[in-house]
Amino acid sequence: MDVTVNGQKRSLCGIRAHENALDWLRANRLTGSKEGCAEGECGACAVMVAQPDGTGGSRWTSVNSCLIPAAALDGGEVVTSEGLASDDALHPVQEKLAEAGGSQCGYCTPGFACSMAAEYYRGDRTPCEHPEDGEHGENGFDLHALSGNLCRCTGYRPIRDAAYDLGQPAADDALAARRDSAPPEPAATDYAADDGRFVRPASLADALAMIADDPDAVIVAGSTDWGVDVNIKGRRVPLVVAIDSLPELRGLTMDDSVIEIGAAVTLSEAERYLGGRVPLLAQLFPQFASRLIRNRATIGGNIGTGSPIGDAPPALLALDASVVLASARGERIVPLSEYFTGYRQTVRAGDELIRAIRIPLPLATETAFHKIAKRRFDDISSVAVAFAVDTENGIITRARIGLGGVAATPIRGLRTEDLLVGKPWTAQTAQAAAASLAGEGTPMSDHRASSEYRSIMLSQAVLKFFAQAAEHEEVGA
Amino acid sequence: MSALSERPENPVVGVREPHESAVGHVTGAALYTDDIATRSDALTAWPVQAPHAHARVISMNVEGALAVPGVVRVLTADDVPGINDAGVKGDEPLFPTEVMYYGHAVCWVLGETPEAARLGAAAVDVEYEPLPSLITVREAIEAESFQGPQRLTRRGDADAALAAAPRVFEGVTEFSGQEHFYLETMASLAYYDEGGTLYVQAGTQHPSETQEIVAHVLGLSNNEVAVQCIRMGGGFGGKEMQPHGLAAIAAIGTTLTGRPVRLRLNRTQDITITGKRHGFHVSWTAGFDDDGKILALKATLTADGGWSLDLSEAVLGRALCHLDNAYWIPDIEALGRISKTNKTSQTAFRGFGGPQGVFVIEDIMGRCAPELGIDPAELRRRNFYVAGQATPYGQPVRHPERMHEIWDQVLENASFGERSAEIAAFNATHPHTKRALAVTPIKFGISFNVAAFNQAGALVLVYKDGSVLINHGGTEMGQGLHTKMIQVAATALGVPRSAVRLAPTRTDKVPNTSATAASTGADLNGGAVKNACEQIRDRMAGVAATMLRANPSDVRFSQGKVTALGQHDTVTFDDVAQEAYLQRVQLSASGYYRTEGLHWDAEAWFGSPFKYFAYGAAATEVEVDGFTGAYRIRRVDIVHDVGDSLSPIIDIGQVEGGFVQGMGWLTLEDLRWDSSDGPGRGRLLTQAASTYKLPSFSEMPEEFNVTLYDRAHEDGVVYGSKAVGEPPLMLAFSAREALRQAAAAFGPAGTMCELASPATPENVFWALQRAAALADDARPDASEPSLARA
Repeated sequence: MDVTVNGQKRSLCGIRAHENALDWLRANRLTGSKEGCAEGECGACAVMVAQPDGTGGSRWTSVNSCLIPAAALDGGEVVTSEGLASDDALHPVQEKLAEAGGSQCGYCTPGFACSMAAEYYRGDRTPCEHPEDGEHGENGFDLHALSGNLCRCTGYRPIRDAAYDLGQPAADDALAARRDSAPPEPAATDYAADDGRFVRPASLADALAMIADDPDAVIVAGSTDWGVDVNIKGRRVPLVVAIDSLPELRGLTMDDSVIEIGAAVTLSEAERYLGGRVPLLAQLFPQFASRLIRNRATIGGNIGTGSPIGDAPPALLALDASVVLASARGERIVPLSEYFTGYRQTVRAGDELIRAIRIPLPLATETAFHKIAKRRFDDISSVAVAFAVDTENGIITRARIGLGGVAATPIRGLRTEDLLVGKPWTAQTAQAAAASLAGEGTPMSDHRASSEYRSIMLSQAVLKFFAQAAEHEEVGA
Repeated sequence: MSALSERPENPVVGVREPHESAVGHVTGAALYTDDIATRSDALTAWPVQAPHAHARVISMNVEGALAVPGVVRVLTADDVPGINDAGVKGDEPLFPTEVMYYGHAVCWVLGETPEAARLGAAAVDVEYEPLPSLITVREAIEAESFQGPQRLTRRGDADAALAAAPRVFEGVTEFSGQEHFYLETMASLAYYDEGGTLYVQAGTQHPSETQEIVAHVLGLSNNEVAVQCIRMGGGFGGKEMQPHGLAAIAAIGTTLTGRPVRLRLNRTQDITITGKRHGFHVSWTAGFDDDGKILALKATLTADGGWSLDLSEAVLGRALCHLDNAYWIPDIEALGRISKTNKTSQTAFRGFGGPQGVFVIEDIMGRCAPELGIDPAELRRRNFYVAGQATPYGQPVRHPERMHEIWDQVLENASFGERSAEIAAFNATHPHTKRALAVTPIKFGISFNVAAFNQAGALVLVYKDGSVLINHGGTEMGQGLHTKMIQVAATALGVPRSAVRLAPTRTDKVPNTSATAASTGADLNGGAVKNACEQIRDRMAGVAATMLRANPSDVRFSQGKVTALGQHDTVTFDDVAQEAYLQRVQLSASGYYRTEGLHWDAEAWFGSPFKYFAYGAAATEVEVDGFTGAYRIRRVDIVHDVGDSLSPIIDIGQVEGGFVQGMGWLTLEDLRWDSSDGPGRGRLLTQAASTYKLPSFSEMPEEFNVTLYDRAHEDGVVYGSKAVGEPPLMLAFSAREALRQAAAAFGPAGTMCELASPATPENVFWALQRAAALADDARPDASEPSLARA
């Protein structure tokens, strides 16, 4: 078992099965990467890993090393802040950060440098002359690349300036050149230590056989949820099965009737591969956690955790998506609306794993995703509402509403959907739907929001959806 | 101009220098405490935290822990050789027998690895007898649970003035604390060095106090303990008092085991064990005349102190000294007291009570302006101090004209009038979105309120090759103090910045230092560094005079060259250093500085505790979504007074960072404690980065213009500069006031708007809904509800 770090092969022998990549790097004197939160929220641990770019080359991808099992690095290729600079010169992102006053205490800075470097090397980063969304530089730098990095000192302005001042990689930039060839093939790993066993099976068949034998095995893809359980809750299990590299779970296909997204496709990949093909998802992706998380977290994982506040399920419910469950016994397809059975409980049997998500086509004509949270970037929803509505001659013919954060599971706003169908899409209908939706679910009060606010946000989401649709129409007319 | 504030020609201070460790930061080569610990075979210390807000420890059985493979020892009260107390007031037992808050550490487990220590801690069996607890300030007030002395600031006759005032308002202002969330959690590493010194590397803003507390816990003299702070990953006041006990745990561990011991709190431990900014409960009555001049203020401020006093008295003191902010309040009576609650012991946090005092008066201004029918910006300006006036505690307000000039400048920079009109037009055509532009001032007193703390030391060494090594008593937590000190030394010695290196802060280099706090780091340590450098330079001038055949008083040092007036000959600084050695002239010096002119009578609450005031103003524009209460910070303009800047990149960084941190406290950061009667009573509910949200890129002002106030020379301070660490945090009130005004804009003109704190989207939503309800009531066709309401 070994991994290439900053161009140098290092053995992973002697790690604990539950050891995270950050602790392993630090134990190996690569202490540039820091632990700030141990739950993928602060990005102080960010490093770059070589990932497939979908066209045969590599993509430098920023990830939270605190959430990745060290064993999952097996066969991989990692660059840390220490590996960005050459012997005689800082890396361009480091130079810009240093010059601009982008570091004060410096603790978050190596992570920022890695997130920034990954965006610097993004192949499709193209200059745009007058970016207007306030989230892109003229050099094409997407500020969302830094949405998972927290700085407590600077107030971010100098970091943004540094990012927007970056040029393109030089002709002799080794990390840029590395993108032209494929990343290392994922290694099949079977590692046992005193604290448990970590397996990355070579094939889907192996994976299904393994979980059939041990239905209590924890299945992980990006491990962005599992990593938190390990780090914060101290969870330890006998067997972890990593399915992040199984080819059967890594595809994204589209025909006239359905889009199928492999369960181990990361959110970033899905965002890139779909390219705006599903407007509702295109609206969701930038609001889903942070770039660092989206680079690891998968659509399958977001459903697999069964969390009532995952952001993908409400959108997928509105899209009428189904879940493809695979086991050694075969495959079955379950509508997502029937998938969740209770708080973090689902119909998935112990020997099954989510192989793919299917979204039927055609898509609804009017869609919207409303996420209510304290913070715009990288926060967990208090409430999430997804709408998908079809109208014909001003009459609503079909309506699906997905809701998160208002019940023990993600739910559909069925009563309100019924109310809408057959009605004209008018302010009066919107008012009635708003009143109805407020009564769906049983929202609780907690540290994120009061139950009153959650309920009323359901109403407001309808009204906002209507107002925005009306605005579009006006613009169109 | 004083000798202290005068700059020579070609000074290195004032030059735009990046942070002295910037290259180390960006490459990851800069080491922090726990980075050093990973390079040793240190044992790890792990706390056993009590799951009760208040309880008696009935028994403790550590056998289970000792049975865990890799567990070396469990530290308990029996292991303390000296005094079992982590503070300076005798109210913070290091190993408590009475649990005072949820998460209180009752003992510590030492393990070969963090995993072993963690498992060991889980295996310690502690039996508790739960006791009644007080969680909220209101509960404490109800139960009359207070600690420390109460303080009264009084001038004139507030009751009489209120009785005579044409307009009187009263209210309650409540706001909660703030977690420091320094990215580097508390960390220390302790071992005995080759010479038998108990050496502690710690993330501490106050190495001398860490040293003293480690010594008293261990029963040692101060000269047997050395504390070093290489750098911190943020401090913000959180590492002023509270690292001491943690360092002492590591020190006991190494003393008992003979092994190095590291103690790094993980985030959950740090946020549940260490203190925060004080929340306050304030009831007030304010009287104005018809022109909006404030006539009188009467208030009772109750600070939420948590379980022990820590720095609460001083924090409360600064709150009382900043109730006036920039405003002349002729008659005032304000009582301050500290509640004792079963929570973490609240402590220093950037601003140190100042923000809490300012909160009260800015809340009053913001609430009362619409009632008075006066534009809030105009109301504020009308009440500014003018020459000849003094603060309620008797300190003459020097340079009040700076406040007026800064105010005018920020209004101009922000195109305040023009944009206010644009915003009004925007709001008139956007029923679901409202914008607002608000401007607020800050006047902040600089110096420790305790006069004795206003002293500092430095040690400067010039080597024979002319290279310079400086030490001083201040610590680096990201604020750029070391960068400034290098610039001060290079200026004072007349050498290039590259000739100066700075060594980590250590108590065996510079003793008896004050905390790096109260924004005074550069003022105090800069004075000491300059003093040391000048001693050496004066001696070297004598040597150079001989070399140049000139009078010593004619010798000039600049940019590494030494010249004499009216002469063409030049020698290098390096040559002079070499010659000085040969002539047996001392090339090192310890420097010292004390702030002159301070006096303070804490009993009478009267005096001049501050060397000077720092001034600033900010204009912030926000946009609020009426459907949700979510908002964006569209633009911020700031003009701030840092004197003659020692280091502009550093100072602007402090202004911007302070503003965003203040905005975090006022808008986003939400400390929620379980105040239910359930088993989790007293538990911090937002105890992780996932639930306690700091400002991220999405909260960064989309346009952020910071201007340093020009012609700002401050006489009597090192090279004419002013302190900058804390004051800009309070510029963030402009964001809160803009949110208040935007919420009010959903209602009819002149709507008075109460905005709960923090101004989260939810709280902004409730505020704008109340305003919108007034609009609906006022409309002729009130039967049709507006869309923004459900």
